[in-house]
Amino acid sequence: MLIKQLSVFIENRKGRLERVTETLCKHNINILSFSLADTSEYGLLRMIVSDPEFGKKVLKEEGFSAKLTDVIAVKIAQKPGTLHDVLKLLFEAELSVEYMYTLSTAGKNTSIIMKLSDLETALATLDKHGYQVCTASEAYENNDFVDK
Amino acid sequence: MIWNETKECMSRDQIHNLQSARLKKMVNRVYHNVEFYRKKMQELGMEPGDINGLEDLQKLSFTTKNDLRENYPFGLFAVPQSEIVRVHASSGTTGKATVVGYTRRDIEIWQECVTRVLAMAGVGAQDKIQVAYGYGLFTGGLGLHYGAENLGATVIPMSTGSTQKLITMMQDFGVTAIACTPSYLLHIAEMLEEAGQINNINLKVAICGAEPWTENMRKEIETKLHLKAYDIYGLSEIMGPGVAADCECHAGLHVYEDHFIPEIINPDTLEPCKEGEVGELVFTTITKEGLPLIRYRTRDLTSINYEKCECGRTLARISRFKGRSDDMLIIRGVNIFPSQVEAALLELGETSPHYLMIVDRINNLDVLEVQVEVEERFFSDEIKQLEGLTKKIAHALQTALGLSVKVKLVEPRTIERSQGKAKRVIDRRKLI
Ligand SMILES: [Zn+2]
Repeated sequence: MLIKQLSVFIENRKGRLERVTETLCKHNINILSFSLADTSEYGLLRMIVSDPEFGKKVLKEEGFSAKLTDVIAVKIAQKPGTLHDVLKLLFEAELSVEYMYTLSTAGKNTSIIMKLSDLETALATLDKHGYQVCTASEAYENNDFVDK
Repeated sequence: MIWNETKECMSRDQIHNLQSARLKKMVNRVYHNVEFYRKKMQELGMEPGDINGLEDLQKLSFTTKNDLRENYPFGLFAVPQSEIVRVHASSGTTGKATVVGYTRRDIEIWQECVTRVLAMAGVGAQDKIQVAYGYGLFTGGLGLHYGAENLGATVIPMSTGSTQKLITMMQDFGVTAIACTPSYLLHIAEMLEEAGQINNINLKVAICGAEPWTENMRKEIETKLHLKAYDIYGLSEIMGPGVAADCECHAGLHVYEDHFIPEIINPDTLEPCKEGEVGELVFTTITKEGLPLIRYRTRDLTSINYEKCECGRTLARISRFKGRSDDMLIIRGVNIFPSQVEAALLELGETSPHYLMIVDRINNLDVLEVQVEVEERFFSDEIKQLEGLTKKIAHALQTALGLSVKVKLVEPRTIERSQGKAKRVIDRRKLI
């Protein structure tokens, strides 16, 4: 199962990041996870939000370059070695990781958002080894068991 | 010293007569050899016989860079191909370069002019001169080279490249003169200062040109490097460096009027300006064989002074340049038109054509940054893709402009749009 990530191009200029969060807030869009990749001149804000399509629409209306990308969110247990195991499986399947970060909606366990060179092969590989991935609703909504 | 006293110190009457005779011959030659000029004159109902001297010059139409482009590459050459011994090229307003051609005699006259410039600056056969202008299609390197060789000086053809190597040779060879852009010379001075070597050089003279500079820059160069700095002017269409240069009085640049007739016109009305009034400089070449130009609009803004100079020369002097009447930029001696950037971006097709050029001078070196908007269709969520895009744009611009460019991706709609002429250039170099 693939989930939609909302990506935005942000210049390294005062107030730009805030402008993104302000826009999403104004339209009642929840940010569940994000990672900010930065270079000396610009940043890429990658987010998992409650409504990716709507998020893209409102950001574009604000003049941002925004796009949706397919990513996967792998569920793994919170114990030593699990991340290593997942990466090992993927590398053995000759896949490369474009980027990854954690999803905050997984409660006790954790989920890793990944973009890989071949998402279909990645899903098949993970499935073969008994790993589960988040569905869209799991990823876009807060789980009940999240500690307040 | 005055290299050619007969030509540099003629009376104004003699200059007038020489120019009139040469103009008449030149008009006759282009009428019969260049279709472009013949047509232009016929449109005005003129024949070569209508031009009998300098007073008839204003009857002739202007020639522009656009005319050169429309007749690209060799359409305005006035001699058969076999008589052309060299071509040079400079930036055009769009993709195509402006091509110029020289006969053997043109090259001889060019070297004579540059020799006069060097002699006027006090360079002689005993000097060792580093020519640090680019060698190649650009006229700077070869132009200075031939003039210095003709003078009998020892020429070290550095071209552009490693400043460290230039400094090492400057010290090891005991170099006494240098020809380069003024901003590059300041950069050299800075490197010498940093290395604590500023007093361990033997430079006495610098011939600087290919970009506009100020009296303050000249003073800074002279104080830092303990030398005399002179201004040299030229443009490839007319010849290359050596069309005009200043003497020890630094009271304007003497124009070699035995080869080029200068005029100053109002760029809007195209009417002649009064002596001393600022306007656009126009040149008519009167000895050129390969590519003679009639009333060529240089787009450089200046004024003219016909009074005899204290140095003894009677040649008219043009003042330091006050800017341009078009949007051409001179960056590290390279002529750049914003339209070239636009053409290169459109050709690449991987970015929006909205761009902003920011020119700055950092550590005395000109830098050009081009900001390009990241449109949604070219936007990626991967840094390596965006970096790849940046490199691709930078490469395309470097190829088109002949100058390294820093590309900066910016958010869409951040570059100002305006009706009519958009602001495409921010020049932060404080020069004029
Ligand atoms: Zn003088």
